[in-house]
Amino acid sequence: MTKMTLAKALNAGLRKAMEDDPKVLLMGEDVGKLGGVFRITDGLQKDFGEDRVIDSPLAESGIIGTAVGVAMRGYRPVCEIQFDGFVYPAYDQIVSQVAKLHFRTHGAVKMPMVIRIPYGGGIGAVEHHSESPEAQFAHTPGLKVVTCSNPIDGYWMIQQAIASDDPIVFLEPKRQYHADKADIDETAVPVPLFSSRVARPGADLTLLAYGPTVKTCLKVAEAAAGEGRSIEVVDLRTLSPLDLEPVYDSVRRTGRAIVVHEAHTNLGMGSEIAARITERCFYSLQAPVLRVGGFDTPYPPSRLEEEYLPDLDRVLDAVDRSLEF
Amino acid sequence: MSLLGPTAQGGPEFIQLLTPEGQRVEHPDYAFDAGGRDEAEVVRGFYRDMVLTRRIDTESTALQRHGELGIWTQLLGQEAAQIGCGRALLPQDYVFPTYREHGVAYCRGLDPLRILSLFRGVDQGAWDPNEHNFANYTIVIGAQTLHATGYAMGVQRDGLVGTGDPDRDTSVVAFFGDGASSQGDVNEAFIFAASYNAPVVFFCQNNQWAISEPIERQSRIPLYQRARGFGFPGVRVDGNDVLAVHAVTQAALQYTREGNGPMLVEAYTYRMGAHTTTDDPTRYRMSEELEYWKLKDPISRVRVYLTRNGLADHAFFDSVEAEADELGVRLREGCKSMPEQHPLAIFDQVYVDQTPELTEQRDTFAAYLASFEGAH
Repeated sequence: MTKMTLAKALNAGLRKAMEDDPKVLLMGEDVGKLGGVFRITDGLQKDFGEDRVIDSPLAESGIIGTAVGVAMRGYRPVCEIQFDGFVYPAYDQIVSQVAKLHFRTHGAVKMPMVIRIPYGGGIGAVEHHSESPEAQFAHTPGLKVVTCSNPIDGYWMIQQAIASDDPIVFLEPKRQYHADKADIDETAVPVPLFSSRVARPGADLTLLAYGPTVKTCLKVAEAAAGEGRSIEVVDLRTLSPLDLEPVYDSVRRTGRAIVVHEAHTNLGMGSEIAARITERCFYSLQAPVLRVGGFDTPYPPSRLEEEYLPDLDRVLDAVDRSLEF
Repeated sequence: MSLLGPTAQGGPEFIQLLTPEGQRVEHPDYAFDAGGRDEAEVVRGFYRDMVLTRRIDTESTALQRHGELGIWTQLLGQEAAQIGCGRALLPQDYVFPTYREHGVAYCRGLDPLRILSLFRGVDQGAWDPNEHNFANYTIVIGAQTLHATGYAMGVQRDGLVGTGDPDRDTSVVAFFGDGASSQGDVNEAFIFAASYNAPVVFFCQNNQWAISEPIERQSRIPLYQRARGFGFPGVRVDGNDVLAVHAVTQAALQYTREGNGPMLVEAYTYRMGAHTTTDDPTRYRMSEELEYWKLKDPISRVRVYLTRNGLADHAFFDSVEAEADELGVRLREGCKSMPEQHPLAIFDQVYVDQTPELTEQRDTFAAYLASFEGAH
């Protein structure tokens, strides 16, 4: 049992994956000596060498494009995109090549690649450093998209993602990197990668969150409990595929659901989730499925981000609207 | 042999071993190597390869005209560039093609029908790349040059560069064209390969046209000279001279296999056909240009050379022609009788581990299809 932050847990998970399989390579900008700008790969080049922890030239398409070839040669590349807003130069390689090679070749080519992206806001950063592009990847057939919200999931999910033979976009909530510590039992049996998890049980309303908003929603549930409202919080964990059976079970009990994410609300994950809940739980719903997300503006300058990001009060406001419906 | 001779330094001349008139000439840096076999026999083999490749191309164009293919990417005029390069490869080498490398595919032993199935719309070129060390056709311009570079990085990690063992040392060839040279991916591939000293031969077929845009729109300098700026050698070879392309590619492959890093070969050639069967070159280029390049035809010059020097007789040329006719019949029949995929097949090709939601979508669609059974 070790107490770790999310950053340390991801580092430990990467280390374990590299120990377990010599074909695992890390690629990215500044991942070597520096250990990444968030130190997620700290010390790994020193222990595994420059052939396995590869500092890339500053070209994101180049990172993902070469990782395709590395994977075709039988390796398992784990690519770090330094910040969410820098993934777009690699977008073509991810969407047109990584996502489609298995399909194009009827399975002759596998893409066991993990694309790690620190995402989300709340760190006071400049433009392009606080975005939430998950829907763009979840919309792409051939990719799988997962996101961790806490150190325990970070430790296990990164290992499970690396072990997957399908390409995975692995989203890491950067403002949680150095926030909370959790006890990690390295001998535990992890829950399956592509599964959602009830983070807090409740009876009156279901909050659906992932990545950085899980913590927000747990605080909401705590605050609402003080007012006598019992709120269930589900950590979705996997965005493509979605694991919504536990969500349907929950909504059939509570009759009310709110999806909370930092990404723009329009056509965000919340739109798809709301549609599916409506299709499956229509007669159980006491209120329309609501969405609380980032506004449909570009991510704002950092002095405005507290207003932009869904916080305790905005989610509580939505809880009121749902319960009063 | 020095690869940093005048040509690699940026000199204007290109490497030629067989003139358009069929005259054999020598080059100070590049000699044709028949690999211990009788040179005439090897050249006859190249002739046969090029004639069969051209037949694959002309038959496929005809199949498109008859509505049997949705589209065809013509290679007419680029036979020497592709055969010269393809025949220089060793079995362990690996090829990353564009969508026009039908001649290289032929050299690697890929059945042309596997390519026709792509252009017929039966599949998307679904061959197993490891069967012939020939990756799948890539339609997004230049994307494959990064894949080649990454593959070469894997080769390095497998310890198969610079061992001195000719059966193990491996090179990777990235094909691309003059149009692709403007793409970021190609330039990133140059940088990654140079930075990691990866064993990649960047093989550019400069066929002068990127659909309607001439080479002048892509580059102010000869393309091979770009390599210098990235820190590795580049050479320009007469892409319509199969002997020169073979010699230069062989040297480039060896240079990269030895661990010297990447190398750029610009095969200076000409797209005698259209970009694809949907293109109309009469809208943007003069017929005089085509006539000029017809005089440099890659197949004619070899035929003249073989005939004039008594290295092949009528019986040989007739037998190649007959073989091409047989190939044409096989392609026509094979194309028309190609089995179609079941509509449900696409659901099972997306992931290694199928997702429950895709399984559900498949089952729903299967039930929908089944609901029509027996209905008229």
